[in-house]
Amino acid sequence: MNMDEFRSRARDIVNDPTLTFHQRKHYLAWLAENALEYPALSTAAAEALNKQIICDLFEGSAPYRGRYILPDYGKALRNGSAHLELDPPTDLDEALNFLLIMYTQVPSITGYPVYLGDFDKILAPYVTDAISDDDLYRKLELFYRALDRMLPDAFVHTDLGPHDSRIARAILRIDRELLQVVPNITLKVDPELTPDDLLLEAVLTVFETGKPHFVNHPLMVRDLGEDYAAVSCYNSLKIGGGSHTLNRLNLKEVALLHQGDIDSFIDTTLPHYVELLAELIEARIRYLVEEAKFFEHDFLAVEGLIELDKFSAMYGVYGLAEAVDILMEAAGKDGRYGHDAEANELSYRITRTIADLVAQRPMPYCEGNNGRAFMHSQSGIDSDLEVTAGTRVPIGEEPEMFDHIRAVAPHHDLFPAGVSDIFHVEDTVRRNPSAMVDIIRGAFREGMRDFTFNLATNGFIRITGYLVRKCDVEQFDEMGARHGSTTFAAGSVKNSHVTERYVKRVLSRESSPRAPQ
Amino acid sequence: MKAAQGHLNDVIRFSAVDGPGNRFVVFLQGCNFNCIACHNPYTINDCDSCGVCVEPCPEMALWFDGHHRVVVDDDVCTQCDICIQVCPRDSTPLSQMIRLDSLTRQIDEVSPFISGITVSGGEPTLQADFVTSLFSAIKCDGKLSRLTTFVDSNGHAGRDVWDRLLPVMDGAMIDLKALDPDTHREMTGSGNELVLETIRYLAEWDRLYEVRLLMVPGKNDSPEAVAATARWLYDVDPAMRVKLIGFRQHGVRPQFADIPEADPDHMAELADILRTTGFADLLVV
Repeated sequence: MNMDEFRSRARDIVNDPTLTFHQRKHYLAWLAENALEYPALSTAAAEALNKQIICDLFEGSAPYRGRYILPDYGKALRNGSAHLELDPPTDLDEALNFLLIMYTQVPSITGYPVYLGDFDKILAPYVTDAISDDDLYRKLELFYRALDRMLPDAFVHTDLGPHDSRIARAILRIDRELLQVVPNITLKVDPELTPDDLLLEAVLTVFETGKPHFVNHPLMVRDLGEDYAAVSCYNSLKIGGGSHTLNRLNLKEVALLHQGDIDSFIDTTLPHYVELLAELIEARIRYLVEEAKFFEHDFLAVEGLIELDKFSAMYGVYGLAEAVDILMEAAGKDGRYGHDAEANELSYRITRTIADLVAQRPMPYCEGNNGRAFMHSQSGIDSDLEVTAGTRVPIGEEPEMFDHIRAVAPHHDLFPAGVSDIFHVEDTVRRNPSAMVDIIRGAFREGMRDFTFNLATNGFIRITGYLVRKCDVEQFDEMGARHGSTTFAAGSVKNSHVTERYVKRVLSRESSPRAPQ
Repeated sequence: MKAAQGHLNDVIRFSAVDGPGNRFVVFLQGCNFNCIACHNPYTINDCDSCGVCVEPCPEMALWFDGHHRVVVDDDVCTQCDICIQVCPRDSTPLSQMIRLDSLTRQIDEVSPFISGITVSGGEPTLQADFVTSLFSAIKCDGKLSRLTTFVDSNGHAGRDVWDRLLPVMDGAMIDLKALDPDTHREMTGSGNELVLETIRYLAEWDRLYEVRLLMVPGKNDSPEAVAATARWLYDVDPAMRVKLIGFRQHGVRPQFADIPEADPDHMAELADILRTTGFADLLVV
């Protein structure tokens, strides 16, 4: 970027009437970062990045904070913080006040915290029997409202479960009543520990807000240990750690570039690009840790609320559906991913191959996963066109739910940092929420790791995984129509379009990482 | 008596509308009622291989086999339902005899995801031996025995039928089309004596999961009729779960196309009658 271009783009951001002050500042910082040289890459990796065969999700040219940071809020509350000049809280009011302050100081790729703590666990010491249910509800309701207004990003996330608690139930009820985008929620589900009636509460919340996301607690504990959380949309990482970076491999593009049969794709083409992405991830990690020295100065690290040893990086894949269909077609077969046994087998072969290669590839500063990157099925950003998120079946092509689960479940074992498949459910299930409980339990029995439900009839639309409110989109529709701008079908609404047209309080920065063009 | 085969119309692997939780639903072929409001009339009669459907099939998936029976090629059939539309006797060439072990295998595959199975139809009690065998097989299987077994029935079955089912059946959803015998006959082609007896008998055995009242405008939906039905049901069991269903045209045969759909305001009024009678477990759909 030359100086003239830089100035012109900065000017566009500064003068953009559709951005709030904070949004302008965020994009200006992004622009400045991208005026710096990229960490050194081999020619092959740089070319693959340039062609978006491997993708850094527009994280920026000079990483100066980890992408996802999961502070140990429990420890912060127990010890207080010298940097924040806060003593350990002694009651619930002080604890909520402490957290609201701390959230403003937690970095991430979006500028907002992607993790708020497991509310039921970190607040439990302060929720004594002396606090009535009504008082608890009122205090948490005010806190919850503050989260949505102070941290207006759809990737701000809290976790609940697997145990039942007054706090978990209060949060789910508040979520149903306030109908906010923020925070996103994950419920950890353990077949032994999570009672049906807590799952029912969660299902009733899905009917209203599309939240929570459900994760298979025993499987997560197996891969990440007890102290893990699902954050952002939807990435599972270690509490007190996080992910330096999330980069991803566009399997569709790799399949399009491939010449030859399926075996040579698996043996040669795929490993070549798997390594190029690993090189990109390594370069970004090294810059963050060795050049920007994030872990040497950030107060979270200094006070032991995050530890480098609990960090890793995320190795993302997407476009598996297209890759499988392209390879099948090239082999003269018409079976499609999600529907055909042979196509599904090919898809498992592809993800197993990648998982094996990633497991063999040492990665610096990734002690959080024994010196390796975490596999992640990446759920997309707004600029993804004609390529399906992660390992999902393309939207609109999903087979009936049972076949859908059977088709995608074998991938879940391979992705400790999250898969996030989406199941669409009919409105009739509102009258029989226990049917959803059956499906959740069944999906986990089948070895699924994490998933979320879409219901056409609540006030939210799921984009790549995160939520936007329909009323916000409709408001855009009206504005768009008045300005005669591009119209688009509700089914293909992209949040970026919404954000580009008018001032919007809640952004989805992870998914719309770049400044409006 | 055991029956190793049943006459099957179709199955649905996940259903949220056929009893408690997520359920595997077996639709059996054949019914002893001929309801004006039937939304799947192709399940009423057995196919007699008249062959009217063979020619219209756009996929050429239907043909006569060597015994002059109409058979279907499942690999070619796209389930466009044209055969059902042209069928002159409220049947389908797509129904099939299914072996018990084949059905339990399908249930086994889905079992991690379901609370139980529901046998519907058609009228399942017409194949009571098969239903009993199916439920017994489930109750005797270590892995499947946690599943609950339900029947979705028109109630037109004698005690002898229920006595066979009761040891292996966890619950039944029974339709009551009308309390008044003449109205019932007009709507179904049969009297309701057995239906009322079924409701009493299953309630006595605590196997009556739900009574369904389908409100067909102009037929059985007067406030007086519903109030009388409500009182009768309340006398049988005041804790009964009642589902009040408004008639919809979906799937109904062309000769009944002039029956209007249920009016939501009127349905709300009828629901109030049931609530006033004392039913707490009331669902209106």
